[in-house]
Amino acid sequence: MSRFSDANAAIAADIISRYPRPKSALIPLLHLAQEQNGWITDEAMRHIAELTDTTPAEVKGTGTFYEMFKFHPVGKYVVNVCTNLSCQLLGGEELLAHAEKTLGVKAGGTTADDMFTIEDVECIAACTEAPCLSVNYRYRLRVTESDFDALIDDIRHGRTDDIPEHGTLGAVRQTIPADRLAGIVPPEQATAEPVWLARNRADEAVGSVDGGDNKEGDA
Amino acid sequence: MPTHAYVPHAPGYVDNDGPKIVTSRFPHEDSFTLERAEATGAYDGLRSAMDRTPAAVHQEVRDATVLGRGGAGFPAGVKWGFMPPGKFPYYLVVNGDESEPGTYKDRLLMERDPHQLIEGCLIACYALGLAQCFLYVRGEMALAQERIAIALNEAYAKGYVGKNILGTEFSVDITLTWGAGAYIVGEETALIESLEGNRGMPRLKPPYFPAAIGLYGQPTIVNNVETLANLPWLMNNGADLYKTYGSEASPGTRLIAVSGHVNRPGVYEIEQGVTTFRDLFYGDNFCRGIREGHELKMFVPGGGSAPWFFPEQVDLPLEARAVGAAGSMLGSGAIIVMDETTDAVKAALRLVRFYARESCGKCTPCREGTTWLERVMQRVADGEGRPSDIDMLLDIGDNISPGPYPNAADPNQDLEAIPFPPKQTTICPLGPSAVAPITSTIRRFRHEYEAKITKRDTIAVSAAPVMAQTIRSETMEREA
Repeated sequence: MSRFSDANAAIAADIISRYPRPKSALIPLLHLAQEQNGWITDEAMRHIAELTDTTPAEVKGTGTFYEMFKFHPVGKYVVNVCTNLSCQLLGGEELLAHAEKTLGVKAGGTTADDMFTIEDVECIAACTEAPCLSVNYRYRLRVTESDFDALIDDIRHGRTDDIPEHGTLGAVRQTIPADRLAGIVPPEQATAEPVWLARNRADEAVGSVDGGDNKEGDA
Repeated sequence: MPTHAYVPHAPGYVDNDGPKIVTSRFPHEDSFTLERAEATGAYDGLRSAMDRTPAAVHQEVRDATVLGRGGAGFPAGVKWGFMPPGKFPYYLVVNGDESEPGTYKDRLLMERDPHQLIEGCLIACYALGLAQCFLYVRGEMALAQERIAIALNEAYAKGYVGKNILGTEFSVDITLTWGAGAYIVGEETALIESLEGNRGMPRLKPPYFPAAIGLYGQPTIVNNVETLANLPWLMNNGADLYKTYGSEASPGTRLIAVSGHVNRPGVYEIEQGVTTFRDLFYGDNFCRGIREGHELKMFVPGGGSAPWFFPEQVDLPLEARAVGAAGSMLGSGAIIVMDETTDAVKAALRLVRFYARESCGKCTPCREGTTWLERVMQRVADGEGRPSDIDMLLDIGDNISPGPYPNAADPNQDLEAIPFPPKQTTICPLGPSAVAPITSTIRRFRHEYEAKITKRDTIAVSAAPVMAQTIRSETMEREA
């Protein structure tokens, strides 16, 4: 349950292959673990350490810096209400208070049925659409109290197709076909000057193209 | 034809007159698809760049004076020139970790036009001989990650990205990567740490630019999303045309998000150095005035880290140099407008709380100072402040940012502007940013602080519902 499933282990291998050093995949792999389990378990961190040639302590050390990673179970739906200045000016704090009252928990808490966790979050880059919130990182804009009630009702009745369970970010992943890959190698194996740079420099020496001129072929 | 109205599928964006260097596809509902992008000239800028030598492309960017759009406003062409020759591999890291309070532009650019961004990355990679590009998107922006993933998959399949781009020897991989919620990762050396799989703490300077020592110790260019989004247009149209927009010192356009107490908050593409704050707040094509029946009290001109401006500053142009000399910064193009109902202490507290929460903890003046500032601000706001608290706030601020803090001129108090930037006892500007709202409001609205401290709070400010206040302060107590 807590280690990566076979399918996710394959995805993890694919993610690792896109970085010159495996440790760079730590954050994406923690997201993958959270997508699988809803939160980050010790077992998942051990597995990530094995895959990235790091220690479980390093994985935890990195992971705990970032507030999206949850090291204890959270609700199926994490409701992030923005109360930063742009939202505060237009009722963000009142919206958070309404959310707390409606769901019966304070910011940081999870409802007894494990459905909702409320968080009082910092600016989520929708400032012109204040007050705003996101549920599992899907935005809702210019939210009124009745909008909030309707949203909660929709979630409880399974009417929100765009909101996956907590942990899932983009529904589509990057995939690079093997024959299209330029080649990702550790930095010590990539010390040669890129071909196109070298070739152009040689051309420049012969044709003495002035750096300021351009589009010589278009004239 | 511009509609002068909100574009429903790009929430907040207003389709206006004026040059559209980075938002030209926004009015199309399917602007993020390869089909629409190709039909509207996507990757022509890349083709145009690849017709020239890499050095010529770099020179064009230098000639155009494309200023960085992330906050510091450093010219991209100059930054690119800091790469030590021959120390390969070089890397490109795209900073899509937009989280400065009030800032809303990079998310739109990533969600609405991922191909424009990818094209911009490729142009930079071609010009500088970069080995790999990492597109680092803020963790919370699930839709942006999804749109970029789809766009990259399409672009790889079509031969725009990867091996032998457009059938040439130019080959580069772009890796989509993403964060997990940490404001400080927007600082470029912290971003590199995060990308190496570490806690996102800024690196000690010097070197001041990761162009010298960056990702995996290699020369690295870190550019903001909007900066790179300018490049396709620049390659298609040239530096000369680019410089016909905006002012001499700040050519081109900028995306500006105006939030708060205006009639029409929105994201506007404006000409730098031409449009003034007054145009933006009151113009019919822009925000259409302060909300009904109210007047401007103050505004944050460039994101939560910027010292505040007041009605005397509205005739300044949105131009980095002018705003810097006037005591603040344009920063990330985020303007937060507050009318006379706003409680200056409460508003300042909210930003201070942000910096206290987001301090990475590396430098003592910031780690201890920001949380201390928050506690003192909180008790002042709660009516529990002590008479010595105003001086204490200024003293703590002075430990993080010594000397006179940048501030706007105030003719009523015969105070002159203190130009940006502030001094700092910290590695990065996060700590000094927490000082900005405090010095700005104490200097201008000291009486509001005093009224709260002496409990003579008779100033007309918008009262939050009683329920809201009760729950908030209980939460605070529990956290304390």
